[in-house]
Amino acid sequence: MAAIQINLISGRTIQQGVSMENGKEKLAYRDACGILELDDVDFKRLGCFKNTNVRVSSEFGTVVVKAIGATQGPHPGLGWIPMGPWANALVDPNTYSTGMPTFKGTPVTVDAAEEEIVLDAIALITEECL
Amino acid sequence: MAKIVTDVVCPFCGTLCDDLEVALSDDGEEILEVYNACAIGAAKFLHSQAKDRLTRPRMKQEDGSWKEVTYDEAADYTANLLVDAKKPLMYGWSSTNCTAQSTGSEIGEEVGACMDNTATVCHGSTLIAVQDVGVPSATLGEIANRADRVVFWGCNPAHAHPRHMSRYSIYPRGFFTGKGSKSRKMIVVDPRNTDTAKMADVHVQLEQGRDYELLSAIRVAIRGEKLPDVVAGIPKEQIYEIADTLKSGRFTAIFFGMGVTHSLGKNHNIDIAIMVTRDLNDYTKAAIVAMRGHYNVTGSGQVWGWEFGFPFCLDLTRGFARYNPGDSSSNDLLIRDEVDAVFVLGSDPGAHFPVGSVKKIAKLPSVCIDPHITPTSAVSKLHVPVAFVGVEVGGCAYRMDNVPIETRKVVEPPEGMLTDDEFLQLVLTRVRELKGAA
Repeated sequence: MAAIQINLISGRTIQQGVSMENGKEKLAYRDACGILELDDVDFKRLGCFKNTNVRVSSEFGTVVVKAIGATQGPHPGLGWIPMGPWANALVDPNTYSTGMPTFKGTPVTVDAAEEEIVLDAIALITEECL
Repeated sequence: MAKIVTDVVCPFCGTLCDDLEVALSDDGEEILEVYNACAIGAAKFLHSQAKDRLTRPRMKQEDGSWKEVTYDEAADYTANLLVDAKKPLMYGWSSTNCTAQSTGSEIGEEVGACMDNTATVCHGSTLIAVQDVGVPSATLGEIANRADRVVFWGCNPAHAHPRHMSRYSIYPRGFFTGKGSKSRKMIVVDPRNTDTAKMADVHVQLEQGRDYELLSAIRVAIRGEKLPDVVAGIPKEQIYEIADTLKSGRFTAIFFGMGVTHSLGKNHNIDIAIMVTRDLNDYTKAAIVAMRGHYNVTGSGQVWGWEFGFPFCLDLTRGFARYNPGDSSSNDLLIRDEVDAVFVLGSDPGAHFPVGSVKKIAKLPSVCIDPHITPTSAVSKLHVPVAFVGVEVGGCAYRMDNVPIETRKVVEPPEGMLTDDEFLQLVLTRVRELKGAA
């Protein structure tokens, strides 16, 4: 198994929207958003199976999510985490004087972390901030 | 026999669907079913009935546990927090009605706050671009009736605005678009093969973050000038074809979303998208519309626009409104430690701000006014649950095309719960008492 470099983007999915409205403290929200969608090509480079927990790291933070196959692919070299605290654990807060953080296009490293667990939203934000 | 409430407005996204029907129990107190809504809208209505819903404010204790407090105690804490701060940040304002937004502005003026709405992490880039170059736009009704070329650039309405295509942009049979989707050519520009892209006549799978280059190339192609062989991963032949398709229609509508506002280039990506729209008006009629996210983020910009002259990133600390995104914007204020208290209403920066900014919120005196338990409420010192706007209280909201629509009350909130505006009125009264006594 090897660490791979990919370009990360985020955004809404309907599962993210539904689970958000049903309660961000619920596990359904974690299951909808604590994921990384990867292309088949990138799974091969990473050397692990789909539905494996992975550690995603950027210059700005690290988070553990479950890597799943791309649902809206192919997009080799591009990773997707639905909008939420898991994606935002990795995002550049710098706005370059525009007011807008650079949410899309974060260079990240992905490596397998089978022993790690994906935290729910409240546990994640509590661990990171409190 | 269930009681049906008709013409209900959905308080989820900027599409602001106004054709929902909600089935209530015989006593009119319980929502049984929601018709016509998308999955997200239905979830919002049904979650308001959740048995585990919080109905009273709660204050975080030193050991991290929560203690229930009254609304009066919560209003007193909030007012003191705002009055004691030198430069409080009052953020959110997008999941509430215009009345509450206006009451919030009064509080902001009294305490000299920095006020910002969710555009700051959404279409703030768009607002800056519109101020720079203007915007040729249209209502969704005009687009439903006229548009025969529809572009979705960096947006995925199949997931984010699930009924947009069926109500306005692709499927409706309009006055001049009688064959519905067959009257229209649909182009999707996105680095992923999204579910929206799969429905399109043409999917342009550009390299992520190269929107400016591709929009610039389309301007060149519209003029019939020479292009390099490949731009943003797209061969020049396809770019010329796109330009021809857009020019040859009777009415082109361009919708765009976070794919362009969040990528590097930011407001300049929108500048040039607007300029493409302007160029197309030399050949046909063209309009551009931002796919606004929260159901009333547009209203927040409208209210502040007419009250202060600016749609977001307001700095009221000097007693008059200043506006300088990059300086008076929430994330910049937080990252630079320039605010000393945080008030959040109708938004969840805990989930949707970069974690670096959330860490700053967690260290400051803070209050979160939100019906839900959220990452923001988890890091706040006081959490004030309120009634759901559009479900338990009505009020005005603005659709993504700046059309105001009055939302409807469907059921009563749980007994004793206040609305956003009622709680803000309590805070405003207390703030004025404190300022008068000072």
